[in-house]
Amino acid sequence: MTISASAPEPASLASVEAIVENLAAVGYIASRRIATALFMASHLTKPILVEGSAGVGKTELALSTAAMLGLPLIRMQCYEGLDESRALYEWKYGKQLLYTQILKDRIGETLGDAPTMDLAMDRLHGMADLFFSEPFLEPRPLLQALRTEAGCVLLIDEVDKADEAFEAFLLEILSAYQVSVPELGVIKAVTPPIVFLTSNNVRDLGDALKRRCLHLHIPLPDAKLEQRIVSTRVPGIEEALNHQLVGFVQKLRAMDLRKSPSISETVDWARVLLLLHAHALEGEMVRDTLNVLLKFEQDIAAVEPQINELIKAG
Amino acid sequence: MQRTLESFLRALRAVDVRVSPAEAIDAHQAVRLVGYADRETLKDALCAATAKTADEVVRFETCFETFFRRDEFKPGKAPPPKPDASPSQGGQASESALGQMLMENDAAALSQAMEEAAERAGVADIRLSSQRRLLTRRMLDEMGLKDLEAFIARLQQAGDPQGAALAQRLTERRQALFDEANSYVERQHDLYAGESSQRLREQILADERLTGLDGHEIGTMQTLVRRMAKRLAARYSHQQRRSKRGKLDVRRTLRRSMVHGGVPFDIVWKHETIEKPKIVAICDVSGSVAAAARFLLLFLYSLHEVVERLDAFAFSNRLVAVGDILEDEQVEGAIAAVLARIGMRSTDYGQAWEDFCALHLDQLDRHTTVIILGDARSNYVNPRIDLMRQIHKRARAVIWLNPEPESFWSRGDSEMERYRRFCHVAKTCNTLNELERIIDDVLRTYLPR
Repeated sequence: MTISASAPEPASLASVEAIVENLAAVGYIASRRIATALFMASHLTKPILVEGSAGVGKTELALSTAAMLGLPLIRMQCYEGLDESRALYEWKYGKQLLYTQILKDRIGETLGDAPTMDLAMDRLHGMADLFFSEPFLEPRPLLQALRTEAGCVLLIDEVDKADEAFEAFLLEILSAYQVSVPELGVIKAVTPPIVFLTSNNVRDLGDALKRRCLHLHIPLPDAKLEQRIVSTRVPGIEEALNHQLVGFVQKLRAMDLRKSPSISETVDWARVLLLLHAHALEGEMVRDTLNVLLKFEQDIAAVEPQINELIKAG
Repeated sequence: MQRTLESFLRALRAVDVRVSPAEAIDAHQAVRLVGYADRETLKDALCAATAKTADEVVRFETCFETFFRRDEFKPGKAPPPKPDASPSQGGQASESALGQMLMENDAAALSQAMEEAAERAGVADIRLSSQRRLLTRRMLDEMGLKDLEAFIARLQQAGDPQGAALAQRLTERRQALFDEANSYVERQHDLYAGESSQRLREQILADERLTGLDGHEIGTMQTLVRRMAKRLAARYSHQQRRSKRGKLDVRRTLRRSMVHGGVPFDIVWKHETIEKPKIVAICDVSGSVAAAARFLLLFLYSLHEVVERLDAFAFSNRLVAVGDILEDEQVEGAIAAVLARIGMRSTDYGQAWEDFCALHLDQLDRHTTVIILGDARSNYVNPRIDLMRQIHKRARAVIWLNPEPESFWSRGDSEMERYRRFCHVAKTCNTLNELERIIDDVLRTYLPR
């Protein structure tokens, strides 16, 4: 299940409260549920599967964790058609070819004085191994993550976009923190990385994958949490405006929109309002900046006539 | 405490949160890590270890709240016994252990006794709501109710006033105990049996006649339809992805390897292009068939991942395209709108084919499957077999789903036997399971062999 070597256990992961505090220090306001999941992941040495709609801070969580622990972040973006030669390792074919060309004469020499065919073959076998060794190995994100000595944070982003075959390939890494390279044997993690997988629910993930991960679902935040997030991310914003704009966004979410604004959109909007030196929401200004919050023409058309009421009610 | 966690996991399984042994181990490790002290942390930790989808998280939360809700046990709603009276009365009541506990008003001991009794009586194995009374009784027996009742009876017969007063008070508290036991068993029922009986109902419903549902069942049915469609969609989108992978294209691989002196660096794959199904659904929405049509359309529209183009038409005598209505509104509302517009009139199949051929015949090509849903009862008007032949000739396949059993097809005003010749498949379809099987067949024919 879990491997014997335990994960690095810096003080910043000592307790749930410590995690909340330290994440806040690097600018990520985590709910207790998020912190608990992270706490468990580091102590049980298990990956976390993070789900939630786009823009709730799934990727941001991995980035902030890396910043908090002072570890490098290795990021692998998944897409349809991703295979192990791009995710795990690849042989440097060009280099291999070049070397064989350069060494042609030497090979001729070495083989030239071999008295029999069998002996020549034996020597050739010895050389073949030379070409499938570490110097010719091009490590891709997963292998890099396993070989980082000080440990790292591995982010496998949007795993639901990859094919099912790739998902199956991930299982070995996720459960045992090791991979099998046919030519080299099993490569084990020096220090098990902290692994985040994110998913947007483009398709249902397999049970086998889910079973190996802790599951964290990040919902859209309530008004209080969102205000804190905005004030952390956009430091210059006035308290009153913050209150008002978060209220506005929360009301939009209750409406029947094609794509509700998420946290990242709220933060963007707050930045825009700050740039415009706004002190309070005004109908005209909201109308002009609505495209920051809403990404579909129909949504904007649906909200526009109600802007003034929405501001007043808040 | 391990046993508490075990039964909690069992309760989770009962509400359809799938907890595999591996996850159970995780849960145990999680509990060892965070402990039972902080309720919120425990909840979050267990949630991360067991619930693996957003739906499951919601179910997990309600289950957690129900399971770990331990109301303060309050058999003594009456004022607490007077300090001077209690020792002597407690002494008297000691003939029955249960009576002793009731008189001392020892909430902790009582709730513990109840847990133990429930364990012995097997309350957690409850499956059906009809078992509640029996199990409550059995649990109370395990707690020593018989002794208590015998004791009360003895006190009442003895006739001394102090004893009678004690008996009176014991009777009151026994009633409170009954209430407590009832609500305990009720809670266990909600925890362990709620979902399983729901599942049983759904199984039965899947084989129920679509045309004979009452309003209450329709809601459940719609969830079922969606789930079935999702299952089919998952199956077929997966196969498409697999067959997209292709085979080695030897010719082009060799051609490209020329650049590298014959070493095949670039490997080229053949790709098969896969056509997504195109479906034209024509539904009779006269009274007898409307219910089945509703589910067919709901089913087809839930398949949007797999079906590239779906055109839906409805008729009772005139034919209208309902695609737009279905796109704009939720399917449930849309069906009602369609019915209000054209439903419940006398059926005329001939007129419907005429309308279809005049306006929409160009939508049929050799990739299109036509699904017709109707009972083929055309009130003795001209069935326009010639038009049906035309449809048959143009389409890839014509599938007729008839809610009536086959033995009815040649009776009365049914034209089914005549239409049948122009259908690739003609089947009775009146339950959800049949519907799924047929759509499954349709989708399969689109996959490359």
